[in-house]
Amino acid sequence: MNSSTAQNNIETTADGQLKHFLSTSNHSRENLTRILDLADSFINFGKREIKKVPLLRGKTVVNLFFEPSTRTRTTYEIAAKRLSADVINLKASRMSTTKSESILDTVYTLEAMHVDLFVVRDGASGTAELIARHLPDDVRVINAGDGRHAHPTQAMLDMFTIRRYKGAFENLTIAIVGDILHSRVARSQIQALRILGAKEIRVIGPKTLIPTKIECMGVIPYYDMDKGLEGVDAILMLRLQHERMEGQQIPSKQEYFYRFGLTSRRVALAASDAIVMHPGPINRGLEISSKVADGPQSVILPQVTNGIAVRMAIMSLLMGGQNTTGTVK
Amino acid sequence: MSRLQISNGHLLDPQNNIDGAFDLFIENGHIIALGTAPEGFNADTKIDATGKIVCPGLIDLCARVRSPGADSAYALEKELRSAVAGGITRLVCPPDTMPVIDMPATALLEQDLAADVGLARIHPIGAMTRKLEGLLLTDMAMLDEAGCVGVGNALKPIADTLVLRRAMQYASTYDIKVFLTPFDPYLLGNGCMHEGALSTELGLPSIPEAAETVAVARDLALIETAGVRAHIQLLSSGRALEMIANAQSHALPVSASVAAHHLHICETDMPHFDPNYKVLPPFREATDRQALRDGIKNGVISSVCSDHQSRGRDTKLAPFSEASTGVIGLQTLLSLTLRLADEGVCSLSQAIALLTANPAREISINSGHLGIGQAADICIFDLDERWELIPESLYCRGQSSPFIGQTLKGKVSHTLIDGELVYPFS
Repeated sequence: MNSSTAQNNIETTADGQLKHFLSTSNHSRENLTRILDLADSFINFGKREIKKVPLLRGKTVVNLFFEPSTRTRTTYEIAAKRLSADVINLKASRMSTTKSESILDTVYTLEAMHVDLFVVRDGASGTAELIARHLPDDVRVINAGDGRHAHPTQAMLDMFTIRRYKGAFENLTIAIVGDILHSRVARSQIQALRILGAKEIRVIGPKTLIPTKIECMGVIPYYDMDKGLEGVDAILMLRLQHERMEGQQIPSKQEYFYRFGLTSRRVALAASDAIVMHPGPINRGLEISSKVADGPQSVILPQVTNGIAVRMAIMSLLMGGQNTTGTVK
Repeated sequence: MSRLQISNGHLLDPQNNIDGAFDLFIENGHIIALGTAPEGFNADTKIDATGKIVCPGLIDLCARVRSPGADSAYALEKELRSAVAGGITRLVCPPDTMPVIDMPATALLEQDLAADVGLARIHPIGAMTRKLEGLLLTDMAMLDEAGCVGVGNALKPIADTLVLRRAMQYASTYDIKVFLTPFDPYLLGNGCMHEGALSTELGLPSIPEAAETVAVARDLALIETAGVRAHIQLLSSGRALEMIANAQSHALPVSASVAAHHLHICETDMPHFDPNYKVLPPFREATDRQALRDGIKNGVISSVCSDHQSRGRDTKLAPFSEASTGVIGLQTLLSLTLRLADEGVCSLSQAIALLTANPAREISINSGHLGIGQAADICIFDLDERWELIPESLYCRGQSSPFIGQTLKGKVSHTLIDGELVYPFS
């Protein structure tokens, strides 16, 4: 009988250093904490007059986005440029037919130009890992989102934000709200929160948007938002792709907002000092009310700022910048 | 006149209850005696089968060799070489070829192309609906006359229940058997793996168990009212099997088969995103695998097939959801079925019956046994020989299998068709 359940982890080197960043699930708590610590040292960087450090000078970073994205790609570009890397943005389009150039052919062509780091986004789960497995040993890959599978840098900036506002994870109860089924962000958040030792993780949504056996990921599902929010320390909202879902997974925007929209009344059910987060872009009046999005407990904009620091930290750790902690103040 | 003697082997013929050390005597392609040589028999050729099992040539109830198709005759030859290297002498092929087997001419062409290669024979299953589109019935009676062993839907579910009902009623008119692969088309959707803990973790579009149970429930209700003989193939779930067992206990004329890989692999064996594990129906849970094994044990499942498909290496080098579906199986079918005997699921003789007498009965042909006068389609194998499944050991075009890199037990040494040695290759 075959029993190869143990995954051959390509995300770290033999001595446990970060090699690729494809998921939050294949890393130790030490390594995830290290990312957060290094990001701490980068956080005020954007306010300096000269916003650059030479950690990635001479390195070539390619943003390879098979799926369009302006926001995420921009944060990677800024992060790489602040580390002094040369950045190329490629908006690659592909169709899953045999006639078009395969993903790997595209990657091999670019690799022949001696790229050091690929930042990959694709609509299919597993693409970043597929690419990482087929590149030479010294080339690094960051997963900027693959299908519904993982969006680990988004999850890490969320972890960074939670730690900055709420402190140690051990005491925290976190609720993730909305479309868990299609969300790579939710999967990476859940796995990161588990590794970092969060006390309790809840997911909230209608049964059409909560995938089967979600309990196996170590979370508690709630189908009643009011109950699910009771006493939580952080509310992580997800973006709802309502254009694709209306009449399918949700009956209407109105009914969704009525049952699962984050309103001031519902925020009040959480701990009094709870924070409200959202990976953006937000749908005001669908998953979150404007009053909450712009309110005192919302940390949605700081999340964006933190995103650059966290991506700088991940890039520099992957590129062998492990010893730079403390030198950048 | 050619005379052949297979000596010193252990004969295993489940249908005729033969299980012992007997020599086998073949004249002009037919079996003429077991045990003692007929008077005056002088063999032109002798095959020494010392230490080996001699059994009927294997019959694979579901294999795709893409003939007719866009590929060359050479490609078909590779697939058929793989079949005989696996001890298989007859292949039953679903109708989803190019063009689809929905006319007598294409059914005849399919058999002729295989006959031209001259290795394993092909028995076509005709399409139930034209172009497998699920709309219009095919000329089933003519397909039957053209050598089709039944009609089926291949992997394309007939969405319209009324069309399915009429197809069954029409097939029943001529006592033609229907071969059904059960999927509810809507629940199947664009799923690429079992809906369970792993699909949730990996974020892959999934196929719920209900995609199979809903289809089997519908099939059984229609089989009963149409009174058609039916074979439900490629089962993956314990619940669907239970429904079939229940139907059998109420004397419904329905039998079932399963692909060999589903008896050994379940969802938790899958390395993440490995397209070598991408099959349809998908690998389900450990409890399903156990239920399928129990189905072998209690006879609800009559046969084990390879569900062979050769997929190009390039088509597997893609993200899981976009990688091609299907794995090779012709050369692993015997070893994987023998493993059931090793693991106590069934006896050795039952394991051989799953690949010989039982599938012969499913397609109503007089084959799969070693009776006197039978065409000498024979498989000789070493029960204990171990071999490593590596791409280089495969004769077919595809090289994708969840068992790649594993050591398998039970290796074919000779395959004969009509008394002619077709493997090892000369």
